[in-house]
Amino acid sequence: MKSLTKKQKKWLTRILIAAAIYAVVIILDKTGIINGERYPWLLLCLYVVPYLVAGYDVLKKAAVNIIHGQVFDENFLMTIATLAALGVREYSEAAAVMLFYQVGELFQNYAVEKSRNSITELMEIMPQYANLEVGGNLVKADPDGMDVGSIIVVLPGEKVPLDGIVIEGSSMLDTAALTGESVPRKVSEGEEIISGCVNGSGTLRVKTTSTFDDSTVSRILELVEDASSRKARAENFITHFARYYTPIVTFGAIALALIPPLFFGGEWSDWIQRACIFLIVSCPCALVISVPLGFFGGIGASSKAGILVKGSNFLETASELKTVVFDKTGTLTKGEFSVNEIVPAEGVSEEELLEKTAFAEGYSNHPIARSIREAYGKDFDENIVSGTEEEAGHGIITHLDGKEVLVGNSKLMEAHGVEYQKNSTVGTIVYTAEDGRFLGSIVISDRIKDKAEDAVSKLRESGIKKTVMLTGDRQEAADDIARQIGIDEVHAELLPGDKVGMVEKLIEREKAEGGKLAFVGDGINDAPVLMRSDVGIAMGSMGSDAAIEAADIVIMDDDLEKIPTIMRISRKTMRIVRQNIVFALAVKIAILILGAFGLANMWEAVFGDVGVAVICIINSMRMLRAK
Amino acid sequence: MIKKFKMQDVDCADCAAKMERNIKKIDGVNDATISFMTQKLTLDYEEGKLDQILPEAQKRVSRVDAEAKILY
Repeated sequence: MKSLTKKQKKWLTRILIAAAIYAVVIILDKTGIINGERYPWLLLCLYVVPYLVAGYDVLKKAAVNIIHGQVFDENFLMTIATLAALGVREYSEAAAVMLFYQVGELFQNYAVEKSRNSITELMEIMPQYANLEVGGNLVKADPDGMDVGSIIVVLPGEKVPLDGIVIEGSSMLDTAALTGESVPRKVSEGEEIISGCVNGSGTLRVKTTSTFDDSTVSRILELVEDASSRKARAENFITHFARYYTPIVTFGAIALALIPPLFFGGEWSDWIQRACIFLIVSCPCALVISVPLGFFGGIGASSKAGILVKGSNFLETASELKTVVFDKTGTLTKGEFSVNEIVPAEGVSEEELLEKTAFAEGYSNHPIARSIREAYGKDFDENIVSGTEEEAGHGIITHLDGKEVLVGNSKLMEAHGVEYQKNSTVGTIVYTAEDGRFLGSIVISDRIKDKAEDAVSKLRESGIKKTVMLTGDRQEAADDIARQIGIDEVHAELLPGDKVGMVEKLIEREKAEGGKLAFVGDGINDAPVLMRSDVGIAMGSMGSDAAIEAADIVIMDDDLEKIPTIMRISRKTMRIVRQNIVFALAVKIAILILGAFGLANMWEAVFGDVGVAVICIINSMRMLRAK
Repeated sequence: MIKKFKMQDVDCADCAAKMERNIKKIDGVNDATISFMTQKLTLDYEEGKLDQILPEAQKRVSRVDAEAKILY
């Protein structure tokens, strides 16, 4: 228990002293060294010592609170309960109740402190300084207040203090603190780097592109801190519950203490004791602390995995997901085109077809042209290409070594009367012909992300009933990709504006079945859909403002398998929260009932208060270690 | 206007909820949340009234827990 604060240490010492005195007194009492029957006042005086040592601050707070009119405060309730117990000569119980109450309070304090620290650990990604270049010299400066466009130097092992662009040097960046990804990322000149990453062995000169407040690291920390203020339904339920539970139980206690003795000839001391039991279990602390603590832990566990959850409410909703809707390009696929298949005509080699097509596409910046050049992979002599013309929507006509080369779709072939072999593979098909002779076709398609299939099957294992894919692509291409990944439902040929409407329809359908729907997008142009869905999940959006704004859950890297991860974390959080609610209420209600019938004693009541709180908190703290 | 304030010594979650309820009732406060875990008060208030709101909020906080403070 090294990690105790000064205040907690003092507190603990006080409890230990009180416990020691209490032990001595109880031995004197129970062994009959002091005859309690004959000297009740002596016994009272002895028990009052540990009682006051342990609980004088509780009495003091109770007094202050009464002056302020705060009657249903736990200090006040505890004071009344123990004083009443002393009044009915339950001395040892009164002292013990106070002692255990303090043990419980200290433990709660410790647990909360510990959870706070685990979030502060996350805050360690906050950079403390930046090496600012001033007239050729490096000056350590506060990144807060630095202008956009400042030149800073990030030395090996240092944290990147502000977002920026590398203008000199290259290095490997450790992004684990932001993304949970353990493989370092290579950065070199001209590339963007993000604040909060840790620099590897190279030195980087960086031109900043953000102020401190707008930097990725500041925004992330703010998000995590704010997350606990968006409360889940379970949390609101507890807050409301606590508001009524305590007064009701307190009035119950008063009724129990007065009515039976006044009207039914009950024994005063017996019924007051039963009332004390009510007062002791009337504190809802077990729930009021452990439920938010559970959510807090869940959000912390997600952050560690590189998933930012913007509020406890989203964690709660994520646990109820039944349908996951994916945007195709950039989410399930890489959004990069690549040559998938080369089909040369008879008598033509693959190399010849690819070479001629690559040459003809020349320096075109079209993604398809780029993918063909990439597949070709060799340098080419641009001098042999001449007279390139573009036929809009069809392709290009160019000349290679004086021969006319056509590269384009089937319409281009037909327009020029080339006898071509139709390729019906799914994807974008590029046909090539030379001087009217068909050379073959090349199939280009978007690459599916490596983990897409695994992620979808894991989602199904974790209870997702339906996976849906939305895309603007042709139906066949979409169906093909969906089949490969294992997606259940496809809506293809959607215009960008159609997606919101489609998601709305899906949400309606989902509502009818009582489930919730998540939309997963890359966050760049999905903002309206992200906002509309029950849970909007943005992927791979480290540093994208729009995505962080619009999404409810932000997956920092590009890993689709984080979606099953967040489902697992959210389910675990909800399980723990529900366990706590059910357990705490069941024990408290049981003790209230037993207590009313005189079947429970003060010891059980203390368990019902402090014991239950400690157990619930320990249960919630499991979330802090969750992965 | 939304502004955040650090808080000190908010020792119980139930108290935080009570403080939150009381602060919400202050004239000029649109909304308020106190996060017990992060010890932060988020105040959504009508512009220009902050100088009157803060002392009143502190007063209401003290009424629930004499040791708790809003740092401003």
